[in-house]
Amino acid sequence: MLAGSMHGFANPARFLKLARLLTVPLLASGVLLVAASLGWGLFGAPPERLQGDSVRILFVHVPAAWLGMGGWTAIAIASLAELVWRHPLAGIAARAIALPGAFFALLCLLTGSLWGRPAWGTWWVWDGRLTSMLVLFFLYCAYMALADAATRDGQANSRIPSIFGLVGAVNIPIIHYSVLWWNSLHQPPSISMGKSEMAPEFLWGLLASTLGFSLIFGAVVLMRMRAILADQQAEARLRRRAMEGGDD
Amino acid sequence: MSQPIKAKHQRLVLVLVALAALIGAGLLAAWALRSQASFFYLPAEMAANPPEVGRAVRLGGMVEVGSIQREADGVTIRFVITDGKARVPVRFTGIVPDLFKENSGAVAEGKRGPDGTFVADNLLAKHDEKYVPREMKDMTAGQARAAVEETK
Repeated sequence: MLAGSMHGFANPARFLKLARLLTVPLLASGVLLVAASLGWGLFGAPPERLQGDSVRILFVHVPAAWLGMGGWTAIAIASLAELVWRHPLAGIAARAIALPGAFFALLCLLTGSLWGRPAWGTWWVWDGRLTSMLVLFFLYCAYMALADAATRDGQANSRIPSIFGLVGAVNIPIIHYSVLWWNSLHQPPSISMGKSEMAPEFLWGLLASTLGFSLIFGAVVLMRMRAILADQQAEARLRRRAMEGGDD
Repeated sequence: MSQPIKAKHQRLVLVLVALAALIGAGLLAAWALRSQASFFYLPAEMAANPPEVGRAVRLGGMVEVGSIQREADGVTIRFVITDGKARVPVRFTGIVPDLFKENSGAVAEGKRGPDGTFVADNLLAKHDEKYVPREMKDMTAGQARAAVEETK
């Protein structure tokens, strides 16, 4: 019993040390990169040949889409680690990712809607790409509700959000391939393995802003994991104190 | 005597089998949806399998070069949507989106008329995956690449 709890604690302690060390550098470099690339996107990048200035929203829309989809991929991997190896940090990582992931999925939908109005002539259509991205946002909401309920019920139910995290991963390739499988109003990907249909003015700015937003995402996940761990420790301490108090 | 299987290996196999089944189901569903989930018909699809007259459908493709004609009332346009295999004449009354241009993607929402003309009540523009600044738009791909090389 004691050995079991020590084993569970060993990793988080080492993790906490590392997380404390990494949070600030990740956050600072991310904010700097995002500020620089969005500054470039707003003032430096040239207007696009057809879309003019509305193309500037690209520098927020694409990183948001990438992090919305990347976030769920990370949840799925963490869920696998939780289910199979029962890694003590995996469930905490998945719970920490859910909120920023949902935020970026929503940001992708909102910026896409703002962009769709001038570019396509519509705020929203029930297109394969748009609909599967909306489904991803709903999956995040459902995951957060499940994880919250599982935490309230105690450790026994942590498997349910993990299974949900794995099942929901089916949506990720659907989002990616929606524009290739089905006729879609959304254009196919501009950047694929080793090949880009973007002028370098847009490509490099986009890569920088994607990296910047990803660094911020990482910092937020670390902060949220530390907060969840601190919460668990505080609760365990309270419970212990209550038990000791009962002995008196 | 057989070696007892470790619990975590058993879980791994279970999860992987479940995942494979799930991905298979997802791919099958996507395959089944391949025509239903499309946002629009291509002209060739519409020619091969025409929807009944008066049913609301979407038609998408490229606006044929030189086909856009404005009618006398000033708000109605006629043009041809093509995919290289078939061409469908379209009539639309209303304000066109900024990106609606010749030789550019468009999606028309409307109904097939009895004379074969597609009567659109909404028009959406579809742009391609290329992002190019204005200064480079008149260059050929080779010139643009050379210009990009120079800036490096």
